[in-house]
Amino acid sequence: MKILLGIGGADDSLAALHETVDRVQEVGDDLTVAIVNNPESGRSMDEIEQAVREALGETQCEADVRRVEGDPGSRLVEIAEREGFDRIVLGGGQQSPMGKIRLGPIAEFVLLNSHVSVTLVR
Amino acid sequence: MTDRPYPESVSGPFESPPRELEDREGRPVSIEVFDGDRDALVEMYADFDPADRAQGIPPVGEDRIRDWLEHLLCENCYNVVASHDGDVVGHATLVGDDQGGYELAIFVHQEFQGAGVGTELLESLLGYGAEQGVDRVWLTVERWNRPAINLYRKVGFETTDAQSFEHEMSIRLRDHE
Repeated sequence: MKILLGIGGADDSLAALHETVDRVQEVGDDLTVAIVNNPESGRSMDEIEQAVREALGETQCEADVRRVEGDPGSRLVEIAEREGFDRIVLGGGQQSPMGKIRLGPIAEFVLLNSHVSVTLVR
Repeated sequence: MTDRPYPESVSGPFESPPRELEDREGRPVSIEVFDGDRDALVEMYADFDPADRAQGIPPVGEDRIRDWLEHLLCENCYNVVASHDGDVVGHATLVGDDQGGYELAIFVHQEFQGAGVGTELLESLLGYGAEQGVDRVWLTVERWNRPAINLYRKVGFETTDAQSFEHEMSIRLRDHE
């Protein structure tokens, strides 16, 4: 399966990175990691890329890593559809102080607009 | 994370607990500050209709409920419960965030919904919070939950973000010092 993991640097997206890398190792999926610009995450693209390279290095997982400029949600959907991905994987939302799950704007956009299946990692 | 907006004007005052009332079905309900009886709270949540969950809470299963309640019964939290005949039938909570505000949530057991308990519980919590020095409160509610949004608006909450799946609202309880 061809997987497109979108990562903007929020904690939930980093959790999704680790879980996806583990899963790719297990089942032999074809992984592409798209680093997107999420101003709310407080992490730069350089920092995110470093985290991605580390996670891939630790597990010797092979993946195409690229930086995606522009509006994150619409770019992810566009790439997934144009390049024939089977699935978009994203972080499953942050938790509020009392534990409410809150989806970020990127996940909302992708869920509502993608014609490709979407997995939110919890 | 940008600063959350709050209304300029102060809402209230709200009467603090305890309160004794009769709900719309004539059942006596008392509202009090949470006294530390976690088992009674867990019992209500264990029996909570899963259809009334919102944004993943309350979780399902006693162990998860207990873990989750730890976040709500923290040192920087304020909790008020509604009881009928010895059972907890409603719970409202304020959980401190890292910017000096408080996140609010309220849960009413399905058998006591639509009977006016929620409004009284909410007002009691805001009264208790204000008395304890809480000045800014916010919440999120699923945007299709009109009854809840209307209830929050009625006591003075204003919408601060209606862009996403969750509607965000806030209220000011005291003047900012």
